[in-house]
Amino acid sequence: MLKSKKFFKMAFATTMAAMVLAGCGDDKTDENIDVLAQIKEEKKIVYGVKYDTRLFGLKNPSTGDVEGFDIDISKALTEEMFGDDVKPEFQEVTSKTRVGLLNNNKIDAVIATMTINEDRKKEVDFTDVYFDAGQSLLVKKGSKVQGIKDLKKGTKVLAVKGSTSAVNIRENAPETEVLEFENYAEAFTALKSGKGDALTTDDSILYGMAEEDPSFELVGGTFTEEPYGIAVKKGNQELVDELNKALQSLKDSGEYDEIKDKWIKK
Amino acid sequence: MLDFSILTDYMDVFLEGFKITIIASFIALICSFILGTLIAVMRIAPFKPLNWIGTVYVEFIRNIPVLVIVFFTYLAFDFGGMTAGIIGLTVYTAAFIAEAIRAGIMSVPRGQMEAARSSGLTYGQAMKSVILPQAIKIVIPPLGNQFINLVKNSSLLAVVAGGDLMYQGDLISASTFSTFDTYIFVGLFYLILTIPLSFGVGFLEKRLARSN
Repeated sequence: MLKSKKFFKMAFATTMAAMVLAGCGDDKTDENIDVLAQIKEEKKIVYGVKYDTRLFGLKNPSTGDVEGFDIDISKALTEEMFGDDVKPEFQEVTSKTRVGLLNNNKIDAVIATMTINEDRKKEVDFTDVYFDAGQSLLVKKGSKVQGIKDLKKGTKVLAVKGSTSAVNIRENAPETEVLEFENYAEAFTALKSGKGDALTTDDSILYGMAEEDPSFELVGGTFTEEPYGIAVKKGNQELVDELNKALQSLKDSGEYDEIKDKWIKK
Repeated sequence: MLDFSILTDYMDVFLEGFKITIIASFIALICSFILGTLIAVMRIAPFKPLNWIGTVYVEFIRNIPVLVIVFFTYLAFDFGGMTAGIIGLTVYTAAFIAEAIRAGIMSVPRGQMEAARSSGLTYGQAMKSVILPQAIKIVIPPLGNQFINLVKNSSLLAVVAGGDLMYQGDLISASTFSTFDTYIFVGLFYLILTIPLSFGVGFLEKRLARSN
């Protein structure tokens, strides 16, 4: 008798703790701050970028620097918007964490191979498209899978948790089994050790993998359009406008193409 | 407040993961108990080479993060995510169980073994009928801890696409963006497993103490 009472007490306490915690979480996301004003005041802008994606944002273990298209674009945008007044800083995000970090004011903007889509527009504000990608398949050279139509029952496709490509592949090849990993490095390692028939994500990222290991190739062209946008916390239209303006002038001045040619060699 | 629509909308997904977590934990629990006992016996057996094998196993395995072991099992062998996860968990937990059991056996006074041997029992018989029944009472609490850790460690199946509760939680949070609420529910599902386990161990402990 006594014991069951004790049990219920504990269960009750646990549930209460969960509720309180949940309450805290909500409060934080409701907190509306003017991100642009904060950037100017703190003289720094924190970009959420990928650390594991070749060509876009990859941490170089020997120098400790993060390098890639997204990084160079961030730096160029910052200089275009604020001159030397504001310093760009980088923080690692993954497909899973980027929206949460943005909403908790841990980062000011996300430039992390993030596709603009309707669902995400409900969560964050997007700038204009800064890169046009499309989803494709990476397979071992000589693979039987030569396109999306070959992904029949019994095949396995590897993807990354929280990415649009995992959703798209389920729609486009409903019979295939999708295995989702933490990041691209792990997914690619799994492909190399034969855990799946193909790896799917944006062609831009797959090119980076094929460059790293030439025994893999892209097949079947692209089967979706993946326009990448820069995401900021909802309700910061001013910052979006600033970013769009800066992006346009980078394109006009040719600096955008320079950065693009440096990283993406199709 | 918690957004309970996530729980109701994705109940199937949560339950699918919960099922895998239960199956994986249960199999790993049984296997690691057997493997752990074997290794404990090896470590104290009166035969030096066996001692060495046991010691090398324990020191090697328990000083590596379980994440590394799970990744290794997955990538180096031709296993699926769930199987690799179960094997990795078994191998890892067995090292800790072996240590708990060894400590229990060592705490049985030396005279017990000597008395059993001099009354004509072989080493194996003495171990089975005299030493182990006494040791088991001492090792129940630390074993319980290891089993609870095992259930929680099973969340590592998520990194090798093992389809467990944490894996499904990752996918739900990714598609709903409600990271916070999703993981609260994931945590509550783990409590459903670990709290009874915890109480079960406490109950066993008391029962065995009374039988003294």
